Amino acid sequence: MSASEDRLRDLLVRGLAGEAPAYRAFLQELSAHLRAFLRGRLFRLPDEVEDLVQETLLAVHNQRHTYDAGQPLTAWVHAIARYKLIDLLRRRAGREALNDPLDDASELFVAADTEADDARRDLAKLLVQLPDRQRLPIVHMKLEGRSVVDTARLTGMSAAAVKVGVHRGLKALAMLIRSER
Amino acid sequence: MKTDELVTLLANGADAVEPHALERGYALALGWGAFGTTLMMAILLGVRPDIGEAAWLPMFWIKLAFPAALLAAALYATVRLSRPGVRLGGVPAAIAAPLLAVWLFSALVLLNAAPADRLQLVLGDTWEDCPLTIALLSVPLFGALLAVMRGLAPTRPALAGAAVGLLAGAGGALIYALHCPEMAAPFLGIWYVLGMSIPVAAGAAIGPWVLRW
Repeated sequence: MSASEDRLRDLLVRGLAGEAPAYRAFLQELSAHLRAFLRGRLFRLPDEVEDLVQETLLAVHNQRHTYDAGQPLTAWVHAIARYKLIDLLRRRAGREALNDPLDDASELFVAADTEADDARRDLAKLLVQLPDRQRLPIVHMKLEGRSVVDTARLTGMSAAAVKVGVHRGLKALAMLIRSER
Repeated sequence: MKTDELVTLLANGADAVEPHALERGYALALGWGAFGTTLMMAILLGVRPDIGEAAWLPMFWIKLAFPAALLAAALYATVRLSRPGVRLGGVPAAIAAPLLAVWLFSALVLLNAAPADRLQLVLGDTWEDCPLTIALLSVPLFGALLAVMRGLAPTRPALAGAAVGLLAGAGGALIYALHCPEMAAPFLGIWYVLGMSIPVAAGAAIGPWVLRW
């Protein structure tokens, strides 16, 4: 197990236990690894890289409850990234050939790339398409960083409904991305 | 939206994740699904009237142990296939073992039987109803389990759907065995297996459609 995998795994486990700064650091570092990994595999489609980084990050977040702490983090992240990558390539099937096979999980955390291109797809615009009961909790809690209680007060929703709205909204956002291409 | 902004968005207010949420989800689905399936069996079919006497016979317990072993293997497969990046490991062997055992046992029973009795051992009295009834009884389990898997992350959706189908089918067969009067191994090896393979095929067919994420 590489040192960066150890470190990332530790950040994720602490994040899953509710330590938001650790979780943020995990996502931040992971995005650099994902970018390097996907750049290496999508070098004929450089414009797609940042969109796919974002899509994969969203999937990692939405599926974080499927990570088993006894499981190698590389395998888990690689399987998610690969699933999203194949999904993208299927949509574009025939147009561009993929150069490199997708199999080598071991290199995932070796390289990191913090130079983000601009994403072509604007998630903020997709967010607008969500119904209010999902969009408002995401805007207040996740974008503006308010607490559940504040968000509940602002929207007139119950605290439980706010949490459900965030959860379902982020999953709906992932589905919007899928259907968009 | 820049990726850094997305990271902040995702991390803001991210609560602790309940540990073992996946196992709890499947346990609940199995519980409710089994309740629905048992209710269906009791209302539509009824428990076999001679169950008190049948329970003294080893074959009655073999008939329960076979779907129970498949159910355990399918549960193992379902949980593993719900997490990205987890290998199947011992799943194929765990599924093959009870099947091979029953087929071997069936072959021995048929070889030792008088040729004139063999057809009766294979067909029993209820072969026409058995497979479809097992498939029908698996429906509550199938629905409940698939709903849980939709909230998880199977990266091989056809295989994952088949695993859910086997889990539901084995559960349906296990509960059907409390009604079914047949006591011959060849019947089990053919018609029970056929019945369970219906939800397996259904799961494999719809998995790629309903398990996308």
